[in-house]
Amino acid sequence: MKGIILLSGLLAFTGVTYAETAEEKGLAIAVEADKRDTGWRDQATTMKMILRNSQGAESTREIRGKTLEVKGDGDKSLTIFDTPRDVKGTAFLSFTHALKSDEQWLYLPALKRVKRISSSNKSGPFMGSEFAYEDISSQEVEKYKYKYIKDDKINGRDTFVIEQYPQYKKSGYTRMVAWVDKEMYQPLKIEFYDRKKSLLKTLTQHDYKQYLNKYWRPGRLEMVNHQTGKSTTLLWQSYKFKNGFRKRDFDKNSLKRAR
Amino acid sequence: MSELESKLGPWVIKYRWIIILLSLILVFAAASGGRFLVFKADYRVFFSEDNPQLQAFDKIEKTYSRNDNVLFILTPKDGNVFSRETLKVVETVTEKAWQIPYSIRVDSISNFQHTYAEGDDLIVEDLISDAENLTDADLVRIKEVALSEPLLKQRLISPTSHVTSVSATISLPNIDQTKEVPEVISFARKMGDEIRALAPNVEVRISGMVPMNNAFAESAQGDMMNLVPLSFGVMFLMLLILLKSVSTTLGIILVIFLSIMTGMGLGGYIGFPLTGPSVSSMTIILTVAIANSVHVLTTFIHEMRSGKEKNTAIAEALRINLQPVFLASTTTMIGFLTMNFSEVPPFGHLGNFVAMGVVASFILSVTFLPALISLLPVRVKVVKGEEDKQMIALGDFVVKNQKKLMAVMGIIIVTLIIFLPKNQLNDIFVHYFDETIQFRQDSDYIDKNLTGLYVIDYSLESGEDSGISNPGYLKEVEAFANWYREQPETRHVNIYTEVIKRLNKNMHGDDERWKKIPDDRNLAAQYLLMYEMSLPYGLDLNNQIDINKSALRMTVSIQTISSNEIIELGDRAKKWLAENGKYIKVAEGTGPTMMFANIGQRNISSMLIATTLALILISGILIFAFRSFKTGMISMIPNLVPAAMGFGLWGLLVGEVGLALSVVTTMTLGIVVDDTVHFLSKYLRAKREHGYSAPDAVRYAFNHVGRALLTTSIVLVVGFIVLAQSHFKMNSDMGMLTSIVIAFALIADFFFLPPLLMKLEKKS
Repeated sequence: MKGIILLSGLLAFTGVTYAETAEEKGLAIAVEADKRDTGWRDQATTMKMILRNSQGAESTREIRGKTLEVKGDGDKSLTIFDTPRDVKGTAFLSFTHALKSDEQWLYLPALKRVKRISSSNKSGPFMGSEFAYEDISSQEVEKYKYKYIKDDKINGRDTFVIEQYPQYKKSGYTRMVAWVDKEMYQPLKIEFYDRKKSLLKTLTQHDYKQYLNKYWRPGRLEMVNHQTGKSTTLLWQSYKFKNGFRKRDFDKNSLKRAR
Repeated sequence: MSELESKLGPWVIKYRWIIILLSLILVFAAASGGRFLVFKADYRVFFSEDNPQLQAFDKIEKTYSRNDNVLFILTPKDGNVFSRETLKVVETVTEKAWQIPYSIRVDSISNFQHTYAEGDDLIVEDLISDAENLTDADLVRIKEVALSEPLLKQRLISPTSHVTSVSATISLPNIDQTKEVPEVISFARKMGDEIRALAPNVEVRISGMVPMNNAFAESAQGDMMNLVPLSFGVMFLMLLILLKSVSTTLGIILVIFLSIMTGMGLGGYIGFPLTGPSVSSMTIILTVAIANSVHVLTTFIHEMRSGKEKNTAIAEALRINLQPVFLASTTTMIGFLTMNFSEVPPFGHLGNFVAMGVVASFILSVTFLPALISLLPVRVKVVKGEEDKQMIALGDFVVKNQKKLMAVMGIIIVTLIIFLPKNQLNDIFVHYFDETIQFRQDSDYIDKNLTGLYVIDYSLESGEDSGISNPGYLKEVEAFANWYREQPETRHVNIYTEVIKRLNKNMHGDDERWKKIPDDRNLAAQYLLMYEMSLPYGLDLNNQIDINKSALRMTVSIQTISSNEIIELGDRAKKWLAENGKYIKVAEGTGPTMMFANIGQRNISSMLIATTLALILISGILIFAFRSFKTGMISMIPNLVPAAMGFGLWGLLVGEVGLALSVVTTMTLGIVVDDTVHFLSKYLRAKREHGYSAPDAVRYAFNHVGRALLTTSIVLVVGFIVLAQSHFKMNSDMGMLTSIVIAFALIADFFFLPPLLMKLEKKS
């Protein structure tokens, strides 16, 4: 008995994670990533979305986003569409939840009304792009089950390769494989596998910058759909933290005011 | 040449072992290319890369998405789709269809995104979920929604609700299509079996674009498995009867076999795919190659009967036949090679396979075959008097009745040619497969019970970014869709305007009066944005709206009609657009249906060039070979007349010329020339070597080549009749008409060419 205690003490001391399963290690990485990305409170962003079809024709959408960090649940976010012109001023409010359907509202300026979207669908394309809403909404630990696969290098950077299995029933995916940077604890690449377990899309995240000396944010996302040949680039043109957003900036009434 | 002719025989006999060995080595080297031969399961193989309709369609598929599909057609035995039991099956099939390899989308009445208003909310949800627990009231409601939904009725649900279908959209990566299509098909068939086991009260049928692709490959495989052995069997029996010699028959069968192996193997090295038409090249090589061997061996047997020693007979057979067999092979080769001009690549492949097989059969017939025969025991009864009595009698008959024959043949030819214009270029491409093919049966069933299998695709371009929300544009698109709905051929029109109208209604508390195009452009755009945000995985609108939101895809399903009717319908639509189109800037009807409808016309134009070129080349060769301009020109008449007569008869009896028949003229030209070549070469030999008069030369020709011509023609006619047994219409029509043309060619060479020669001789 003594020997075992001694041995486990030794293992703990040397940091060898002897008894840890691949699932536990995967979860640990996700928890660590979540932990490191907690506490930023709010952020304001502007982005440009460039859609490409398989012929290479392009189309651009411009969007602004505000996000409020919510502890213990998914974040609240407000998205305002600037272009195309005919949807300018349309605002989208979303309360993300890990396992339940998100709550979503849309303000239509042409109708001057807020409409609730009965969206059990996080998996459809966002504004006709190759991103599903579930790809870009806030990433909660509970959204997936995890499994650590191996260590790998991408562009000279050390990464953990972990598999993620969506727990939300209506997810469009059966599995995701993420390459998580060991230094930033942010994904460099994610592969998405569809319902028949074939590779559907690959996302790569580029131009990471650190904000508030702590939080890493990518400057550019590239999503390629392997089945249709279409792709989408998401350019984050600015990140602004500490805007002092409050809960009431993210309710139905605030939607109408959003400009 | 004459020196070569007389030296070839002794040389072949001297080196017979080396020749046999070397031939086998070379043939097997060529044949090993056969491992590269693959069955192409893709209708696109029928279109050349620069085909404008294919290019237009490629553009649509790249702008939106590929729409190859697999359809599961479900027919409940109680005749009512809207029962808990059947709807549960629909749900299951929908669920399972996502598992089909390369599927990117599944559409059915169960996952149809039903929208309705609930207070200030827009509800977007599956029309049917948890079918087992639906109440009777639910069933009534669902039925009402489905049958009043223009996007479902006559597309996924029949108006009398006795048939429904689940459509899986397949996006093949096209990396290795020979694997991908069968992979999809075997999965779908397995699924079909599972459903049948699960729900014995529901009939399951499978159709769609991917099964059609597969049917092309399977019918080609079927032809290879059935027709090739059948032809071998038939030919063996015929040769045995005609030659009355087992060893020579076996020799010929061996030569044919090696010729096919060479032609197909070389084609494999080059990379030609196996398709319905190109697979028929095996039967055609078999048939055409026989002629070479038969000519050599008939002379050989003829010589032996007249008492000559075996090796002398072989030498004589080669001496007499080398030139005509070479000429016949060359002209046949040219005829088949000009099929490369065809707009339809598989016919080019067919031509090349056969051309290579014919070259192989020529070489083998004058080297390998005599070498082999010299080793085999050949027993021939020596017959006193070397004349072929029947043929001499025939020759006499022709000489005696030359004037009557000239008149009678003239009348027959002219009469048949009068019916030439009765031929209409027309094709029904689903009918490429006869009723024994499952795909055809299931497709006919859809056409009769649910929707149209024929589809015309439009990309309706507004000419401006976000233009699809412009009310003017939307109203015009709706009017165009409505115009199409009024056409008697139309079964269904799939168009986004139905969605925006429904959303407008939903946003006005489901008030039916608002089921119309929104008048405000921004409103239309914002409704669309909202709807798009609500759609689940795989059911988005990216398959019908381009990324700039500047164009809509309209998909018109029509009943099974002929190519002319399709083109005519497309023209009517064009006219409507020209008269009414203000906002729709560009719209070209395309898709496989349009492609197949147009290919016949395009192919005929290209084959006219090919036939002309073949005719010039062949006549040139004949003028050169016969060293007589006049004879070369005369030969054109019996070369062309049979095809004209054949098409005339076809016009009289059938009247419709499909895609395959447009290559028959070119193809038969090379074959029918052979008869003329053999007849004329003997005729000229008689005149030049023996100084015979025209009537005597005709008698000589009948005596020496009449039997061989009769034999080879019978072999050819029968060979192509075997091809006519194909379940693939392109091949069966081609086989039928070709055998008719060859029969006419023999008649023309026996009864029209000799009187013509004698008449022209008198004149000069």
